[in-house]
Amino acid sequence: MNVLLALAIGTTFGIAVLWLLRGSLWSLLLGLALLGHASHLLIFVGGGLAVAAPPLVAEGALAPAAGAADPLPQALVLTAIVIAFAILAFALVLAVCAGDAANTDDLDAYGGESQ
Amino acid sequence: MHWVIPCLVAAGCLIPALGRWWNGRVPLIASAVPAAIAAVSIWQQSLLAAGEVVQFHAPWVPSAGIAWAFRLDPLGNLFVGLIAGIGTAVVAYSAAAYSGDARLPRLHGALFVFMAAMLGIATADDLVVLFLCWELTTVSSFLLVGFDHQTEAARVAARRALLVTATGGLALLTGFVAISVVAGTTSISTIVASGDLLRAHAAYPWILGCILAGAFAKSAQFPLHFWLPGAMKAPTPISAYLHSATMVKAGVFLLARFSPVLGGTDAWFAIFVGIGATTMVLGATAAVAQDDLKRLLAYSTLSVLGLLTLLLGLGTPIAARAFVVTWMAHALYKATLFLIAGNIDHATGTRSLTALRGLRGALPATAAAGIIAAVSMGGAPPLFGFLAKETAYEAVFEAPRWAGLLGSLTVASAVCLVFAALRSGVQPFWDSGRGATPVLRALPIPMQAAPVALGTLGLVAGMLVGPAERFWIAPAALAINQSAAPTGLSLWHGFTPILAASAATLALGALVFTNRARVVPWVGRFAPWVATGPSAIWDAGWRVLLQGARWQTSQLQNGSPRRYVATTLAAALAVIAVGLPWGTIVGAVHEIAPFEIVALAAGLLVMGGSLITLRAPTPLAAVAALGAVGVGVSLVFLVYSAPDLALTQLVVEVLTVVLFALVVRLLPRAKTQTMGSHRPSAIVLATIGGVLMAGLSLLASQPGLLEPTSAYFELNSVALAHGRNIVNVILVDFRSLDTLGEIVVLTVAALGAVSLLARRRATSTGGIAP
Repeated sequence: MNVLLALAIGTTFGIAVLWLLRGSLWSLLLGLALLGHASHLLIFVGGGLAVAAPPLVAEGALAPAAGAADPLPQALVLTAIVIAFAILAFALVLAVCAGDAANTDDLDAYGGESQ
Repeated sequence: MHWVIPCLVAAGCLIPALGRWWNGRVPLIASAVPAAIAAVSIWQQSLLAAGEVVQFHAPWVPSAGIAWAFRLDPLGNLFVGLIAGIGTAVVAYSAAAYSGDARLPRLHGALFVFMAAMLGIATADDLVVLFLCWELTTVSSFLLVGFDHQTEAARVAARRALLVTATGGLALLTGFVAISVVAGTTSISTIVASGDLLRAHAAYPWILGCILAGAFAKSAQFPLHFWLPGAMKAPTPISAYLHSATMVKAGVFLLARFSPVLGGTDAWFAIFVGIGATTMVLGATAAVAQDDLKRLLAYSTLSVLGLLTLLLGLGTPIAARAFVVTWMAHALYKATLFLIAGNIDHATGTRSLTALRGLRGALPATAAAGIIAAVSMGGAPPLFGFLAKETAYEAVFEAPRWAGLLGSLTVASAVCLVFAALRSGVQPFWDSGRGATPVLRALPIPMQAAPVALGTLGLVAGMLVGPAERFWIAPAALAINQSAAPTGLSLWHGFTPILAASAATLALGALVFTNRARVVPWVGRFAPWVATGPSAIWDAGWRVLLQGARWQTSQLQNGSPRRYVATTLAAALAVIAVGLPWGTIVGAVHEIAPFEIVALAAGLLVMGGSLITLRAPTPLAAVAALGAVGVGVSLVFLVYSAPDLALTQLVVEVLTVVLFALVVRLLPRAKTQTMGSHRPSAIVLATIGGVLMAGLSLLASQPGLLEPTSAYFELNSVALAHGRNIVNVILVDFRSLDTLGEIVVLTVAALGAVSLLARRRATSTGGIAP
C-alpha cells in the first residue's frame, strides 16, 4: 500500500511542479494547491501506516494501545493543512488583484527582462 | 580594565550625540580620560615588573567556557601605556585641529571606540574578547579613515583598508577557533602557558597560517601592505594614532603574545624572517621616493613593521628585547612626525616635500619637535631611537641563521630611514635658500604642544635607559621570550661592531640626503611597483568576485518568477537527491502495508485527480479535479487512523474548491485556454521531483528506520495534560506555541486578503483606496 501512496505522492508533486513552472497565474495557483496535498501526504506517511488504530487513549488507560498511529505527524499535518489553506486563500486574492492590475495571465509579463 | 573598556565604548557612542548638543564642541578636557589611563598604566607597571598579576574574570558564556576576562602583564600594560599616552596627545591635538568643525564629535566618538578596542586587544585574556576588540578596531578604523566621506578617494581607501583587515580578521577567527579546540580553552594566559601543545599538534601549520594571515593583514606586511599608504587619506592625527602607534602594532603585538606557544619552529622562522625582511626593504626604499610627507611616513612605518616581524621571527632573547625597544621608540617618534606633518599641512596647506622649506622661523616649536623625532628615527644618540637601532642590529647580527644577509638588509633599510628622517623632520624646516614656504594659518597651542610632548618623551626615555629597561623593556621582553636577555642597556657600550655599523648608517644616510637630487628619481622608478603591484592584484581579485556575483545574480534572479521557482526547486531537490539512501528505498519497494480497498481507491483518486488537472478542458473542470485530489487525501487520512485530519481536510477542501471556483471568474482569461505544451525543462524537473518525492515517502514510511519521538507524548498525554486525544493534546498543550503561530498565519492571511479585496472594491467602484 505504501508503494501506491508513494506513487500518488510522486505524481502529485511532479504535476504540481509542472503547474508551478507553467508561467501563468492560474497554473501557479493550481500548482500551489497540489504541492500542499503532496507535502501533507509525505509528512503523514512518515508516521507509518496503521489501520484502524487512531492515537486515542482508552478510558481508564494511561497510554494508547500498542500499534496505535503515531500522533506527532498527525499534529504536524493538521497545522500544515490550516496554514496551507491560509496561504492559498491569500494567494488567490493576491492573484485576482494582480490580474486586475496587469490584465494578463502571463507571469513573465509581471516584470523582469526575461521573455 | 574590564569596566574601562565598556565605559569608553559608551562614551564613544555618546560623544557624537552630546557634541551636537554642545554645538559641535568637544572640550579639550576629553583628553583627560586617556591621560588618566596612561597614568594608571605607568603606576601599574612598577607593580607588574615586580611580578604582580592584575586580572579580572567574570563568566560570560559559562557553557562554552567563554569569560569576560582581562589580564595585565608587562607586555600588555606597555601597550596600554602607549595607546593611552599617544591617545592623550591625539585627542588634544584633534580637538584643536578640528575646533569648530561640526564633524569633530563624530571623529572623537570613533576615536574613543577605537581606543577602547585597542585597550581590549592589549589586555584581553580570552580569545573571544580579543577577537571582538580586534574587529571593533577594524570597524572603527573604517569610520576614521573614511572620515572625509564626501571625497571618493577617502571612501575607496577606507573600503580597501576594511576589506584587507576584515578578511584577515576572518582568518584570525579560524585560527582562534582552532587554537581553542586544540587547547580546550579560550583563556589566553592558559594557552600561552601550554608549552609545546600547539606546536606538536597536527593542525599547527593551519593554526600558524591563519594567525599569521590575520596579524600580517593588520600590520600591513608584504604583500598585504598596500592598504596602509592608501589609508593616509585619514585625518593626520588619526594616521598618527592608527597607522603608526597603535592599530598596525596590534598585529605584531598579537604575534608577540602567541610567540611562546607558536614560535620557535622552522616554519615560524622562515615565514617571519622572509616576510619581515621583504616588508622592511620594500617599505624603506619606497619611502625614499615619496614626495607627500604623509606617504613617506607611511612607507617608513611599513619598513619598521617589517623589522618588528623579522625580530619576532629570530626568536632569541635579545631579539625580543630589540622588538620591545623598537616598538616603543617607533610609536613615540612616528606619532610625533605625523603630528608635525599635520601641523605643516595645517599651516601651509601643502604636504609636498619639494614645496616645503625654511619653516623653522614660522613654526619654531614644530621644528624643534621635528628635529628631535628625526634624530630618534635616524637612530642617533641620545634618543630612544638610537637604542632601538643598536638593539636591533645586535639581534640581527647574532641571528641564528642568515645573519650576514639579514644584517646587510637591515643596515640598508636603516640608511633609507635616516634619509627619510632627514627629509621629513629636518628638510621642511631648513633648506631656506630659495625663501621659506609661506605660512597661511597660525597653529593653536595644543597642536604645537602635542608633538613636542611626544618628542620629549622619546628624549627622556633615551636618557633614562636604566629605569626604562628595568620597568618596561625587560619585563615585556620576558613575556615574549621566557629566557631573559642580559641586562644593562645603555647609550654607550664601548667601541663595538654595532657602534661602527650605527655610525656608518648615519653617515651613509646623510650622504644619500645630500645627493637626493640624483637618488630620489632613480629610486622613484622602482617605487610605484611597491605601491601598485600587489594592490592591482587585490583589486583585480575583487573585480572578478564582483563580476562573478553580478553574473550569478543575472542568471538566478533575472526577474522571471518562473526562473525563481525553478532555481529554488532544483536546489531543494539536489539536496534531497544527495541525501537519500537509495539502497534502503529500493528495499522498501517490496514491503507492502496492509491492503485496504478504500486506501486503493483513495490513492487512485489522488493520482487520477492530479493527472486530470493537466487535461481539464475548462478551468472549472480543473478545480473539480483538484477537489477530487483533496477528497482522496482526506480518505487516506481516514483509512490510516487519522480521523481529525480527515475531517479538517474535508472542510478545508470544500472551502478551497469554493474559493477557486469564485476566483476563476475574476482572473484574466488570456492564456488559460491557449496554453501551449509544457517546456522540456519543466518536464525534466517535474519527473525528477516526482521520483525523488516517491522515494522519500517510501523511505519515510519504513517502520523502525528511526526512533519515533512520540513516545513522550503518548505516555504523558493523560498523565500531564489530562487529554485522551493525543493529537489534540499535542496541538493545544505540548506544542501550543506552534498552534499559536498557525493562528497568527491564518489571521495575517485573512487580514491581507480582506484589505486587498477592500482595495479592489474601492478602485473598481471609482472610490479611493483606504
